[in-house]
This record gives sequence, structure tokens and C-alpha cells, in this order.
Amino acid sequence: MVRILLFAGLAQQAGTQDISINVNTPISIIEMKKKLQEKFGHLNGLDNCLTAINEEYANESSMVKAGDTLAFIPPVSGG
Amino acid sequence: MKYFNICKEPIDNQRVIDQVIHHNAGAVSVFIGTVREMTGDKQTKYLEYEAYIPMAEKQLEKIGEEISDRWPNAKTAITHRIGTLQISDVAVTIAVSTPHRQDAFEASRYAIERIKEIVPIWKKEHYIDGEEWVGNQKGTKQYLSGYPEGIENK
Repeated sequence: MVRILLFAGLAQQAGTQDISINVNTPISIIEMKKKLQEKFGHLNGLDNCLTAINEEYANESSMVKAGDTLAFIPPVSGG
Repeated sequence: MKYFNICKEPIDNQRVIDQVIHHNAGAVSVFIGTVREMTGDKQTKYLEYEAYIPMAEKQLEKIGEEISDRWPNAKTAITHRIGTLQISDVAVTIAVSTPHRQDAFEASRYAIERIKEIVPIWKKEHYIDGEEWVGNQKGTKQYLSGYPEGIENK
């Protein structure tokens, strides 16, 4: 399982912040985005958010594997 | 208390400042971000901040490392509050000490700008007439590359 974390507007649209998705072999973040869209329908902002694997920024072609935590990070607005 | 901290309680500014004072510091620059009521003609009732806490604390720590690289002998402490904040509440307190004042001013400015680029914290505005997650406040660009500015592809 890959643990998926959603934040801010993404979590609000999906109605959840923390889900698990089963993967048999490592898949790219692009592919994981497609799985999320299948599960939740279109999520506004999913295409231009940042991502992090295990709390480190990653890019769309980075691979996630079972046991990883993948976070989708909308444009940040702290401060 | 941690040097790089996400908290849910009101921030004790003095404690953040005390963390960076030491015998070779000659200047401490403090930046305090507070909740503003009016943004243009929009009136804020209150704000909600959310964070990816463990990663946010790591990114704050990274900002501290960047500051130490750029301004030798600088010492940094940052606390950001999350949860529901009212008008004039303190959202973030940054303290940087350096041997000389010029560096302290520059480094505290650098820290708040970097927070707005790389630290996973989000602000939801609750206006008098609606609500909105605030995104990309710097208005620079979309994150199409997949990495925020200054984060290297490893």
C-alpha cells in the first residue's frame, strides 16, 4: 500500500486527507494522479501541485512503491 | 522547545528570540507575521492554517541551514502556528541572530520569503462573505516543474 496525503483544497474536494492505495509494482506520480482521479473524479489543482515522497519533494516522474507516503501539496501559503 | 516548530498554541515570541541569543551574537532581527483584517476590499473574519507538520518542520530546518550557509554564524529559530487564528494573532515568528546587524535584517527577510515558497503550510481565508484557500501568494508562477524554487532534483 502507498499512503496518500492530501491537503488544503485537495483534501476538501476529496473529502478525506489520508488514504491508502494498493500498488503491486512501483508506479510514477503521474500514474498515481490518474488513480486518484479514477477514485475521486476530477480534483481541481491536482495537476499543478507539488508532491513529496516520504517528506521530501519529488517530481512527477518519481516512482512510489509500497510502504511510501506520497503527499500532494497545493501551492503553499504560510507566513 | 524546538528551533523549527509548528505549534497549535499562541506563540511565545520571547522564547523564539531567546533561542538565538548567544555570546557572539551582536544583532537579532525578528519578523512577526500577524493576521490582517483587510486585503483590498475583502474583510477577513478569521484564518485557518493547516500544515503537513513533519515535513513543514523539516523545511523550516532547511531554511535555517540555507541561512547559515549564506550568512556565516547566523542562528535561526522559527515557529509557525496552525489552527484557527483571529485578527492580529501571531501566525509566525522568525528570529535570526548574527554577529552584525546587516546580516540579521537580510536573513530574517530571506526566511519569510522562503517560507512562502517551500514550507507545506496552507492558509484558508474566512471572509465576511465566503472562504478560500490561499495559494501561491508570491504570484510568481505555477509549480509545473514539480519542485519549488531552489529545491534541487536529487
